[in-house]
Amino acid sequence: MLRYTEEHEWLNLDGDIATVGITGHAANQLGDVVFVQLPEVGATLAKGDGAAVIESVKAASDVYAPLAGEVVEVNQAIVDDPAVVNADPQGAGWFFKLRLKDTKTMDALMDEAAYKKLIE
Amino acid sequence: MTSDEALKHTPLHALHVELGARMVPFAGYEMPVQFKPGVLNEHLHTRAAAGLFDVSHMGQIVARAKSGDARNAAWALERLVPVDILGLPPGRLRYAFFTNASAGILDDVMVANRGDHFLIVVNAACKATDEAHLRAQLGKECEVERLDRALIAVQGPKAEAALAVLAPECTKMRFMDVRTLTLMGADCMVARSGYTGEDGFEISTPADIAREVAEELLVNADVAPVGLGARDSLRLEAGLCLYGSDIDEKTTPVEAGLSWAIQKSRRGGGAREGGFPGAEIILEQLEHGPPRRRVGLRPEGRAPVRAGAPLYAEKDASAPVGFVTSGGFGPSLDAPIAIGYLPAALSVPGMRIFAEVRGKRLPVAVTTLPFIVLKYKRG
Repeated sequence: MLRYTEEHEWLNLDGDIATVGITGHAANQLGDVVFVQLPEVGATLAKGDGAAVIESVKAASDVYAPLAGEVVEVNQAIVDDPAVVNADPQGAGWFFKLRLKDTKTMDALMDEAAYKKLIE
Repeated sequence: MTSDEALKHTPLHALHVELGARMVPFAGYEMPVQFKPGVLNEHLHTRAAAGLFDVSHMGQIVARAKSGDARNAAWALERLVPVDILGLPPGRLRYAFFTNASAGILDDVMVANRGDHFLIVVNAACKATDEAHLRAQLGKECEVERLDRALIAVQGPKAEAALAVLAPECTKMRFMDVRTLTLMGADCMVARSGYTGEDGFEISTPADIAREVAEELLVNADVAPVGLGARDSLRLEAGLCLYGSDIDEKTTPVEAGLSWAIQKSRRGGGAREGGFPGAEIILEQLEHGPPRRRVGLRPEGRAPVRAGAPLYAEKDASAPVGFVTSGGFGPSLDAPIAIGYLPAALSVPGMRIFAEVRGKRLPVAVTTLPFIVLKYKRG
């Protein structure tokens, strides 16, 4: 199940684990990503907690936890090569995997059609 | 009225929009922050080939001696800047700064000797106060007039070849020369100068031909439009000051590492020693050294350290000893870089200090400026 947030993040749910990243629209707005800081594996995040930091040449931006959960995996590949975030934001450029506290919280997020409308 | 409606447009505004620029408010103007290739590519393109920048938001002010003798204007200007203006020959450009009584910097500017007058190019955000300052301080001796012209910079190793198609004489100019060249049939003031660390030109054109000049330069495949985003990363790598960030009314030129721009004639023992606002403090700092200095900073990790970050002498020190005034990522270095102020005792290249970023103390090496090799055509 693929869902989107108003903060331009995407979540792809598989079982109780959601893979989280930023949308192509967000990556395009940020410009070239030159640095990514990811959360610690094992960290417990509440919805809205600062989870990651993205820096472009111009500015730093926060990535917030889109839902409550525990970080079970992070994508070291985007730390080693931040350009992957721009090249493939909704694929190889994922940020972290979150074991959701409650998978039903996904229902409140936008589906692809709703997100497309938001960024129109 | 929305804030957008209040923003001014430069003569190249429509061209930027047509070229796909992302427009942002800057110093009262709607300006391109980047074009489609993005900040990183625009930056690297400027270093590898040539970038075209619209800097028409900057102020262009003429000071002309009422007596008809340009030396009277030079004398008058020397009351405002710790710089040798009388010794600036016609056809030459010089970096200068207006100081205040406490030796702070009111603005940093370029002064061109145009023969029968001086042209002063000032920062966009300061142009109204600079014009008022000039009128108040030079009004007795000089006519002061703000020009309504465009300003286009073309910068990079291919800049000379690109401009030479329009004006072959530009190849004879060297760094900091300023001449009148005919571009698209109109008289333009062309200076071999810039804000990127590269060779290049800054071209003052009548507003109504600015677009024609820009488009003619952009016909050349080596020349790409570049926005304010890359303009900032290019100047940061070149170690050049951004007014309002790295220098302001609370920094002295000596602290800011701009002593090179204060010629011997204006220093202690010089032919025209002092005689500018803040002279006592500036001459004292030139002789005995300033309490703090502007330095280059190279974070050891990959995380950029940005303006405002406090600097600490030790990882666990309780009080900061300085702060970052400009910082970001240097695309040509593929590494984070920053500029900041440190006490004189710590402003030693190779010194390891710490910058606080998001609550963490990150190790940073103090370095000399610039971060890159400057490519000015001095020959």
